[in-house]
Amino acid sequence: MNAVLSALRHIGALTIDGIWRLGFITRFLLAVLLHSGQSLRRIHLTIRELYFSGVMSLLIIVVSGLFVGLVLGLQGYDILQRYGSADAVGVMVALSLLRELGPVIAALLFASRAGSAITAEIGLMKATEQLKAMDMMAVNPIARVVAPRFWGGVLSMPLLAALFSAMGIFGGWLITVAVIGVDDGAFWSQMQAAVEFEYDVMNGVIKSAVFGTVVSLIAVFEGYDCQPTAEGVSRAITRTVVTSALAILALDFVLTSFMFRG
Amino acid sequence: MPAIIVTATAESTSPLVSLRDARFAYGEREVLRGIDLSVHRGQVVAIMGGSGCGKTTLLRLIGGQLRASGGVVEVEGRDLAGLSGKDLYALRRRMGMLFQFGALFTDMSVFDNVAFPLREHTVLPAGMIHDLVLMKLQAVGLRGAAKLSPGELSGGMARRVALARAVALDPMLILYDEPFAGLDPISLGIIGQLIRKLNDALGASSVMVTHDVHESLSIVDYIYFVSDGRVVAQGTPDEIRASSDPFVHQFVNAEADGPVPFHYPAAPIDSLLGGEGA
Amino acid sequence: MMSRTALDLWVGIFVAIGFAALVFLAMKVGNFSGINGNETYRVEAPFDNIGGLKVRAPVKSAGVLVGRVASIRFDTKIYRAVVEFEIDGRYEFPADTTASILTSGLLGEQYVGLEAGADVEMLKGGDRVLITQSAVVLEKLIGQFMFDRAADAPAQ
Repeated sequence: MNAVLSALRHIGALTIDGIWRLGFITRFLLAVLLHSGQSLRRIHLTIRELYFSGVMSLLIIVVSGLFVGLVLGLQGYDILQRYGSADAVGVMVALSLLRELGPVIAALLFASRAGSAITAEIGLMKATEQLKAMDMMAVNPIARVVAPRFWGGVLSMPLLAALFSAMGIFGGWLITVAVIGVDDGAFWSQMQAAVEFEYDVMNGVIKSAVFGTVVSLIAVFEGYDCQPTAEGVSRAITRTVVTSALAILALDFVLTSFMFRG
Repeated sequence: MPAIIVTATAESTSPLVSLRDARFAYGEREVLRGIDLSVHRGQVVAIMGGSGCGKTTLLRLIGGQLRASGGVVEVEGRDLAGLSGKDLYALRRRMGMLFQFGALFTDMSVFDNVAFPLREHTVLPAGMIHDLVLMKLQAVGLRGAAKLSPGELSGGMARRVALARAVALDPMLILYDEPFAGLDPISLGIIGQLIRKLNDALGASSVMVTHDVHESLSIVDYIYFVSDGRVVAQGTPDEIRASSDPFVHQFVNAEADGPVPFHYPAAPIDSLLGGEGA
Repeated sequence: MMSRTALDLWVGIFVAIGFAALVFLAMKVGNFSGINGNETYRVEAPFDNIGGLKVRAPVKSAGVLVGRVASIRFDTKIYRAVVEFEIDGRYEFPADTTASILTSGLLGEQYVGLEAGADVEMLKGGDRVLITQSAVVLEKLIGQFMFDRAADAPAQ
């Protein structure tokens, strides 16, 4: 009986805590949006963050995209050639990358590369009282530190996801056409017949924009909200990666069910 | 720039900072239980007390980072409780604050750190900002370190750069949070002299939270002793030295036991020993 | 710390690469130059049986993609399926055009084939294609074949 009660109490506490955090993060998002004027007016603040979240993620995105494409090409060819439709391997590689793997894997990589770095940076600034010092200098840390990092992440994510998909398709082409010997013309023409810009490409871009917004928000929030100690910062980084990954996968399911139901 | 030096006794106008029965509580825990304190223009005032007595909270009340849960906190005759965020920021542009470990921005050079408040709050041309920053750095003796990054500075140097940054906009009030914590004797002396010199040169007022008695006694005009959320003693350095108050005596002479007990509250030791093993 | 111009350059390269990837996806992977961006008009056609036709399936005429299936619904007045097509405005069809549901390859996806008639009047938005041919359902085909064999048998 007691065990049941305490389990129920535990569930209750978790629910209340979850709802409280959700409300808090929503208020935080509103504050960030409200104080975004400066990151647009002083565009070099945002450009600097584009460098840290975008340019610094280029390498991992390009390399991972290429390898995912190579694997997709190999597996796709192996399965499709059993049914005599090896030519359709381009379709399979392109659709799986554009619709799912591109946005999702790029967002997961982005969360662990750029998201964790953003949390670490803001958390460290909090732990060493830099945010308080800024506030005491009458400079709003949300406008000066948080908003540019948020926008840098939001803007770079769709570009990184597109790059990931493009590299993946190139990898798929490399392994199936250049190595295995699938017909080059069939590879591209089947792909072009099956892939639609408005439907497959644009939905992928929309997905990556949503993921970019969510991951950036989680990253800046966890940094800003962390306990101002070394241990608190490291816990916040872990939370950024875990929460982002869960949010990406859950949102991907929701978005897919709306976008690709027909 | 003519330095306006005003001694504490000659000052008759209203105080720059004034706290009347100020209270503060973190949830249930009362940290400040009614503080009365005033800082006159031109003064350097020290707030002293043991660790965890609420003196840093007191500094945060003056800077407007925390709002008093009771009583009045006034700066320049304006009640901070009634200020909007915008007005508070306008007031803070005329305040400087030195944080415990400097709180320099780690992603900027020393030069950019000192230039930060100037760039954020003025529209001065780059050349003028350059000159002003070098003048501030010269005042703390670190003009040569302008190109270094904060990671390359020692603790004392970082504190001096932070001091240059705090006075970049020529504030009327400078707040110091433990300016002497963790410094070697030489750096400690340098910071102490700089606090006094900059205060007088700028015609500003300073409030300093510290537990370093001897350095403070040599540079400040007035001292408040805070214990358990209340002001327990106050006076000029000479009065403090001559004081017979047991708390002041314990603090100044660094005695282990006194009004601030050595033992954390517990049951008498006789009742605990000898019983359990038998 | 990196200088401002180097930083701007890198961000410029990043944005350029990102957009190049998007353009690649649009032009080389997706068929961006297809029917997108052009005016379209909608016509509908009733079918007895649409088989496995799906929304967004291609609409082809003489093998050329001319549009997409926009919606499929069941009309309870006539008890037939009504399929709505979105056709590229560049292609006009006579009012007596035939629409049939076809299959690409033996197991491929189903699509709608349009065969132009000879009417001088053209189909406009909201018009209905009246001559339609339903999907070939394999079970029915086999059933028909067995029935025919059975019918032929006594004659032998």
